[in-house]
Amino acid sequence: MSIVRPYGDTTGDGMVQLSFTLPVPHDKRAEGAAIQLANKMGMDPAMLVHAKQMGDGFTFFVVYGRVHHLVDTDQVQVVERDFPLLSAKEVNATIKRRLRRRLSVVGACIGTDAHTVGIDAILNLKGIAGEKGLEYYSELSVTNMGAQVSVPELVETARARKADAVLVSQVVTQRDAHLQNTRAMTAAFREALPAGKRPLLIVGGPRFDELMAGELGVDRIFGRGTTPREVASYLVHALVGSEK
Amino acid sequence: MSGKLDLDPRVVRAARRLAARAGRPVVDLARSHTTVSVERAVLRLAGVQGADQDGIPWVNRLVDAVRADVGLGHGVAVPVFHAMRSTGLDDITELAQKAAAGAVRFDVPERKAEAAAARRSAKKATGHGLKIVDRRRAERDRLITRYGDPRQRPWIYLIVATGDIFEDIPQAQAAARAGADVIAVIRSTGQSLLDYVPEGATREGFAGTYATQENFRLMRAALDETSKELGRYVRLTNYASGLCMPEIAALAGMERLDMMLNDSMYGILFRDINPIRTFVDQRFSRQVHARAGIVINTGEDNYLTTADAVEAAHTVTVSQLLNEYFAHEAGLENWQLGLGHAFEINPDLPESFRLELAHALLARELFPDAPLKWMPPTKHMTGDVFRGNLLDGFFNLAGALTGQSILLVGMMTEAVVTPWLSDRDVALQNVRYVLAGAGNLHEDFVPAPGGFIQQRAHSVLGEAVQLLEKIVDDSLLTAIAEGTFGIMKRPADRGKGLDGVARHDEDYYNPVTEALEP
Repeated sequence: MSIVRPYGDTTGDGMVQLSFTLPVPHDKRAEGAAIQLANKMGMDPAMLVHAKQMGDGFTFFVVYGRVHHLVDTDQVQVVERDFPLLSAKEVNATIKRRLRRRLSVVGACIGTDAHTVGIDAILNLKGIAGEKGLEYYSELSVTNMGAQVSVPELVETARARKADAVLVSQVVTQRDAHLQNTRAMTAAFREALPAGKRPLLIVGGPRFDELMAGELGVDRIFGRGTTPREVASYLVHALVGSEK
Repeated sequence: MSGKLDLDPRVVRAARRLAARAGRPVVDLARSHTTVSVERAVLRLAGVQGADQDGIPWVNRLVDAVRADVGLGHGVAVPVFHAMRSTGLDDITELAQKAAAGAVRFDVPERKAEAAAARRSAKKATGHGLKIVDRRRAERDRLITRYGDPRQRPWIYLIVATGDIFEDIPQAQAAARAGADVIAVIRSTGQSLLDYVPEGATREGFAGTYATQENFRLMRAALDETSKELGRYVRLTNYASGLCMPEIAALAGMERLDMMLNDSMYGILFRDINPIRTFVDQRFSRQVHARAGIVINTGEDNYLTTADAVEAAHTVTVSQLLNEYFAHEAGLENWQLGLGHAFEINPDLPESFRLELAHALLARELFPDAPLKWMPPTKHMTGDVFRGNLLDGFFNLAGALTGQSILLVGMMTEAVVTPWLSDRDVALQNVRYVLAGAGNLHEDFVPAPGGFIQQRAHSVLGEAVQLLEKIVDDSLLTAIAEGTFGIMKRPADRGKGLDGVARHDEDYYNPVTEALEP
């Protein structure tokens, strides 16, 4: 079945919940305004279940209601994982057998972003969610440049370390900083190195749209919830080729 | 003190002794070195103000000029005040401007009388700056007497972070009206690695607002109004961290900030700032905070965001003990030690809440007179805001049960967005419910003798003692280099800001440290 509706407690009931704030004090008119917004968003009927004034001129609302939109799951476009998920052992073995040298990975947070939590989760030995980071893989040589690395520094280090892949993490998204930084980074690599010599460029962060790889000039985007093992498997897939 | 955990006082004493032994070499290092930022802080206290047309502060231009002529090892005070006398200038900012234009040549006077005269003038000028700090402290005491402290413990600590000081102000005032006792203005990401303090009121920042003297002044003035309105003194917090922590500490003292984030190792571990630079800057900034009556907030919570909160629990205790030693050594008193810790254990782990209680109570019992800062979950906030709100409720409950002093309000939208107005409201409602319903539950909460919580606390303390023994044997700098804290490996000869460190020459003179040495 490719056509679906939201599910409250009965198939096809289309029920959703929504919360938001309007910049008005709480009164009857404010509640009407909240329902009007919900109606305009396609909720019909909309039930206002909670309204509470905050400070002088703001009210918080929770609305439940039915939407009539149909969703066709066949029409959804996503980046499906198009490479096999390997264990650490398989990653190491494949690199050893086919590349016959360690695969060099350089990682950094670029721009003013000081949040190393993403890059550290992927690179640090400690890893995330019980999965060890790339430092744990004996056949990966990892350079973690940390936070607030400038693009020229990154390019220089990638060159010096003969990086096969460059991993860039971007957490801060204010004013689209993550997109601007990524574009600046890919432009610099394109300028500095000819196509065949360029490392694989990968960005990751919780707010990237995985479909934007082409537009940003990177080889791959990894979104929220990515684990080190997925990244390692992708590196093997893209740089070494699979065993088959 | 037997307390609720039945800690062995001999073990506690041993832990403190070890922390002092581990910290001592670092203090010696700090006492024998200076940095560009320490010297700039001296000049700020001596009255240098403003910036050139590129926004580079005159203190930077002046320190750079002195350094180019005579190096940093003598301290800048004597060369600068000797130049004031020989040029006949009486405005130190004007001297900085002339020096920046290359019109002043600095030297260290050879004649003893000249050197003594320069020292006297430097001492007088910086004494004026310290007097401002003293006046601000007295002013705070007066306002607290007039408006009063928060009625409940823990104090409720909320963050604002819009990037624009003129947006921050109404948000901070609204947060105070909604119940916040302490307002922290998060800094723009990236400021910690700027080797200068930006100037003026700022309206653009990334994920935070620049710490500047003018921003400090504007926010403090606004919160003074709100304190008056609410009949409760609302405290203001910022960050004395990063490459400019000594200067920011001085500015905070002169603008009556009340609390400052100030950790002995945070910059090293999380910002890759050179360890020696950090320890030198740290000691000076703590001395200034001691004088200003500022409560410091240390950053142990951060270790748990990178390392596992159960495995690394003892590193928090070790860091708290080190922070306590460094703080006392710099002249801070117990009431000024907002030692940090956090609710960061994976909620999927069985007994996670009991473990949290054990860790939080251990901190409480080890530091009974310190205003402990209790930090909310961040690492296991997933974007599931409903679960997040529940987790924050348990965090609040743990805070109440273990008698924490300053509670940083957790946001269910952690890891999703910078807090919305409604997120803050929901979060405060959560805090109010827990404090109203269970605020005094710590009176009844006595862990069973020999039970899970006591055992866990004893084993964490035991591991902390073992780690401290190892640090004493290997030296703290080696431990940091090897990734003992927060898993970050930070060797002493690497990291940002090392080129701004200089060893004291024999005639090093710093009128501010002279006045602040305990």
